[in-house]
Amino acid sequence: MATETIDATVGACVDAGGYALGMPQLCADWIPNQVFWLILCLIAIYFVMSRIALPRIGAVLAERSGTITNDLAAAEELKQKAVEAEDAYNKALADARAEAGRIVAEAKAEIQTQLDAEMAKADKKIMEKTAESEKAIAEIRASAKESVKTVAKDAAKEIVAAMGGKADAKSITSAVTARMKG
Amino acid sequence: MATEGKEDGGLVFHPLDQFIVKPLFGDGPVAWYTPTNVTLWMGIGLLCIILLFVVGSRGRAIVPTRVQSIGELIYGFIYKMVEDVTGKDGVKYFPYIMTLFVFILFANYLALLPMSYSPTSMIAVTAVLGFGVFIAVTILGFVKNGAAFLGLFWMSDAPAILRPIIAVIEVISYFVRPVSHSIRLAGNIMAGHAVIKVFAGFAALTLVSPVAILGITAIYGLEVLVAGIQAYVFTILTCVYLKDALHPSH
Repeated sequence: MATETIDATVGACVDAGGYALGMPQLCADWIPNQVFWLILCLIAIYFVMSRIALPRIGAVLAERSGTITNDLAAAEELKQKAVEAEDAYNKALADARAEAGRIVAEAKAEIQTQLDAEMAKADKKIMEKTAESEKAIAEIRASAKESVKTVAKDAAKEIVAAMGGKADAKSITSAVTARMKG
Repeated sequence: MATEGKEDGGLVFHPLDQFIVKPLFGDGPVAWYTPTNVTLWMGIGLLCIILLFVVGSRGRAIVPTRVQSIGELIYGFIYKMVEDVTGKDGVKYFPYIMTLFVFILFANYLALLPMSYSPTSMIAVTAVLGFGVFIAVTILGFVKNGAAFLGLFWMSDAPAILRPIIAVIEVISYFVRPVSHSIRLAGNIMAGHAVIKVFAGFAALTLVSPVAILGITAIYGLEVLVAGIQAYVFTILTCVYLKDALHPSH
């Protein structure tokens, strides 16, 4: 800048009180200064951006999207595994149910056969007891008949004797037997 | 920074004084190399960018910290914009576009701090950005496509009679691009800051100060939006121009 410009600066852009004359934007004396610092600043920003900031942020973003993709893939895989595990679980459950049913049926069948055997044994015992009882009853009945016959003969002989007759043992016996048959 | 004061019994506003370029050290003249308030606030912007993108991401964490996730958000936003607008072959220009975006974004937002300086309100700054994009894109267009780049101005699907007229209009609009590109940004930022200063000047009057302070608040809210939107608009237009250079055929 030539000296006359420097001298003119005070008069051209700012008045004696320090106030702007016209628009400071249009003051030609200040333009080189702004342009110089602007270009310096832009170059500085460009180097900061292109050398440090943008590659770094770009790498972080790429890494993040990579991580997210990997995580999603892993999640998909784990989900698949979970589905498989659920299938295996369901299958195991069904198997266990079938097994349990089979065991129950077996136990039932076993119990049934045992029951049948016990029933048969009990029936046989009951039959034996019944037969025994019947025999005993028949014996008792027979002995009772004999007793009745004896008592009846004795009674009839006594009655005939009381009536003054002479009891014929043979006829009394036949009469009592005939009566008792009836 | 006194922009208001009573002089000759009336309010005198100096809403543009906030844009004065001052040397940081001493009161001397402003040469092209003098560290000024422009330097200071560009430097603070650079520092914030380093804090956000370099220090914030130093952990390279898969699960990001808060600062790192903001950096990643901006990265993803601009990367997607470049990819969507210019296509896959534009992605290699992503660092340049990212540089423009973060510079404008941080300059705009830091300018909203009280007592700060707004480099993007200076036409000299935005003109360098705008014409830089224009020249770079034009050279790139010719390098990539040769003379076929001129097909950008020649509408082959228009009626034959209209084609020369359309070509003239297209050429004019092409050369207006850097002007509108840079003035849009500087104008928005400068206007917003000047309006806030004017409201601040009115706040000195007891009668209207509540309204003025409400006005400052409202305009400030608007400026917060404008700061982000202008950075976005500048960047997406850069992408559009880049797309024209890479694929000039309509």
